[in-house]
Amino acid sequence: MRVMAQLAMVMNLDKCIGCHTCSVTCKQAWTNRAGTEYVWFNNVETRPGQGYPRTYQDQEKWKGGWELNARGRLKLKAGGRLKKLFSIFANPLMPSIQDYYEPWTYDYDRLFSAPMQADTPVARPRSLITGEPTKISWSANWDDNLAGAPELAPSDPVLRKVSDQVTLSFEQAFMFYLPRICEHCLNPSCVSSCPSGAMYKRSEDGIVLVDQDRCRGWRMCVTGCPYKKVYFNHRTGKAEKCTFCFPRVEVGLPTVCSETCVGRLRYIGIILYDADRVTEAASVADDRALYEAQKSVMLDPHDPAVIAAARAEGIPEDWLEAARRSPIHKLIFEFGVALPLHPEYRTMPMVWYIPPLSPVVDVLAETGHDGEDAGNLFGAIDALRIPIGYLAELFTAGDPEPVRGVLRRLAAMRSYMRRLNLGQKADESIAAAVGMTGEGIEAMHRLLAIAPYGERYVIPKAHAEQGAQLEELATGCSLDYDGGPGMGGPFGEASGRPAPIAVENFHALRERQAGDDIDDAHELRGRVNLLNWDGKGTPDGLFPKNGKKES
Amino acid sequence: MNALDVLLWVVAPYVALTVFVLGHVWRYRYDKFGWTTRSSQMYESRLLRIGSPLFHFGILVVALGHIGGLVIPKSWTEAAGISEEAYHLVAVVLGTIAGVATLGGIAILIYRRRTVGPVFTATTRNDKLMYAVLAVTIVLGLVATVMANIVGGGYDYRTTISPWFRSIFYFQPDPALMAGAPLLFQLHALSALLLFAIWPFTRLVHMLTAPVGYLTRPYVVYRSRDEQRAGTRAPRRGWEPTSR
Ligand code: HEM
Ligand code: SF4
Ligand code: SF4
Repeated sequence: MRVMAQLAMVMNLDKCIGCHTCSVTCKQAWTNRAGTEYVWFNNVETRPGQGYPRTYQDQEKWKGGWELNARGRLKLKAGGRLKKLFSIFANPLMPSIQDYYEPWTYDYDRLFSAPMQADTPVARPRSLITGEPTKISWSANWDDNLAGAPELAPSDPVLRKVSDQVTLSFEQAFMFYLPRICEHCLNPSCVSSCPSGAMYKRSEDGIVLVDQDRCRGWRMCVTGCPYKKVYFNHRTGKAEKCTFCFPRVEVGLPTVCSETCVGRLRYIGIILYDADRVTEAASVADDRALYEAQKSVMLDPHDPAVIAAARAEGIPEDWLEAARRSPIHKLIFEFGVALPLHPEYRTMPMVWYIPPLSPVVDVLAETGHDGEDAGNLFGAIDALRIPIGYLAELFTAGDPEPVRGVLRRLAAMRSYMRRLNLGQKADESIAAAVGMTGEGIEAMHRLLAIAPYGERYVIPKAHAEQGAQLEELATGCSLDYDGGPGMGGPFGEASGRPAPIAVENFHALRERQAGDDIDDAHELRGRVNLLNWDGKGTPDGLFPKNGKKES
Repeated sequence: MNALDVLLWVVAPYVALTVFVLGHVWRYRYDKFGWTTRSSQMYESRLLRIGSPLFHFGILVVALGHIGGLVIPKSWTEAAGISEEAYHLVAVVLGTIAGVATLGGIAILIYRRRTVGPVFTATTRNDKLMYAVLAVTIVLGLVATVMANIVGGGYDYRTTISPWFRSIFYFQPDPALMAGAPLLFQLHALSALLLFAIWPFTRLVHMLTAPVGYLTRPYVVYRSRDEQRAGTRAPRRGWEPTSR
């Protein structure tokens, strides 16, 4: 047994209102730079829908993740090492910018500079890739809220698996939001696809990162990840991905997407797992057994044998304590309501989801039934083939039973708690029907519905004795850095020593706020974007130059 | 042997070699972040998928051919029982095929660079210079070979150019050997020297980090936060890691 600690996340989909706050704050923090305009480390997609990039779940097309070869051994679906090297000169499975979307801005200047004319001038869209006028025809959430679903949803690879009759009739329509970040997998196929070994899994907390100094732009990781959560920065020629906000979690703060989530639906905690058994568990023959297999590599943090083995591996005491209090462990094991996203990709994803009960409740409400009555809910969960089948394709490789089990628990919680709220007597039979106790249901309700901050995020700090080695500190004072993030060096913007991340963000934000023209490294200095001005100070270019003041 | 010969066939090669080696060392230390293929496949895939493999496989065979022709002395192949005619035939046939593939590939790549909007926008001045020198070198090499072997009566560079090339590495350079070579070969060699001199400062650096290690390393890479910090300078005095 080789115990390792892993930071993991659970998202409760019933509470996602699809507001995209998480995506926007993440983008502001991490990908508001040239070259990453199209990149959303966190994106929220409406299901059914094509997702971002389009139809990324269609692994027959994109060949992400792992599969079993004829001898039952794991192999990269896109091909082994030799095949990778032979196809390195042009990756046949690389998504193009159009598969994500062509990022754009607007020609705002037209609004001011247009000559007097009969019609109101308009700000036309311009591509951030070519700088030319463009017609916007796709984006990271073009099919938000089922927009265009009659034409678009039939191409949803998950929906296609569920029903042969792909047009969703109005009566069958259901929808929910699926926020996605990198899964920080236990068996990451992105890391395994990287020819130069620049990608790695941090042994302390399992965060999967790209070493920007070692990445050589072979772009095989983009293909390797079945969730398409490694992105290619087309300016720097390097891969980038969700960092699990390591500078924040190292000091015990939740990730930006979690911190800002309006629905407060994200949970972060530690999971202990047995690294020696990952490959074996990822190689079980039956896709549908992968959910249980993945659970089986996760260790019980209360088990004295596990604690002893973890200590032997040098996992600090406060991390073990955090593992015992982990909301993730509770949601996966104690309450049994969290499921992995696409376990059939065999990467052992570590961002899990509580599937939404809302499609079921909606059907009941629309048909005039009481959507909080346990009997009605249980009946509907058993009867609604399409939504359950769909959720099962997302979370359990198509096996509807675990999804039904989770939804029944959520349904039980719903009606059990309603009785309490209405001042009625607690009904233990509801809890018993789903194999829980009233007490257990109330504990689950507390974690899911009330969800105090300190219980949602149990994040042990990186160790103080390692303080000097933390990313930002190790660079000395982060302000003793000369110049911007390498822009304008002898080899263009991708040169020079790497800037400490804090400095890079500072400069990027400043450049961004000081420019309102097309995202071009050479033209960033311009006027102030009033949307980002907080009213303090007088940034250059905000006010017209005043002759008197200057003298 | 005049001063120009010494300049061209002694001084220039050593300058180019030194710049090549020190330039890579410097670039690696100063600009690891810029060390990348700067792939443009996100912008355009159709042409790249023809042009890039054609060019790369071509140039790799060409490179092997150069090693065979320049580094391995004629006496060795003769000792191995390979006759001059056989050697010549193989070299010319293989060389021409690889050369044409390389040329076709680079033509497609340059055409793509120029005509595909986003790719052209992402092309730096540095890229343009690199492409110019690279293309000139390839064209000159191909023309020299064709002129000498197919149009002309054949030229045995293995008795002149190859010994000169090796003499550079023994540090006993013999410019006279090269001074007598046909003009086209001389020009090809000079433009190649220029290519090597600018190599470390262009995107061509990606060749030196060709990921052969991938064949043997374990699939999943684990790294500890403290043993190898990503993307940072070496710790400053007083900030070195203390004992664990
Ligand atoms: C054997 C090792 C090599 C490998 C693995 C390799 C790989 C690559 C890759 C992945 C690209 C990016 C293609 C893209 O997606 O845009 C590229 C581009 C390029 N390589 Fe190589 N390369 C190697 C050797 C060379 C050599 C020896 C040369 C020239 C002498 C060369 C010249 C180029 C050029 C000019 C480009 C730019 C193509 C373009 O986008 O216009 N490479 N290489
Ligand atoms: S989800 Fe994240 S860790 Fe998993 S394969 Fe994709 S990029 Fe790698
Ligand atoms: S911020 Fe929260 S509620 Fe809003 S879209 Fe993101 S995950 Fe959903």
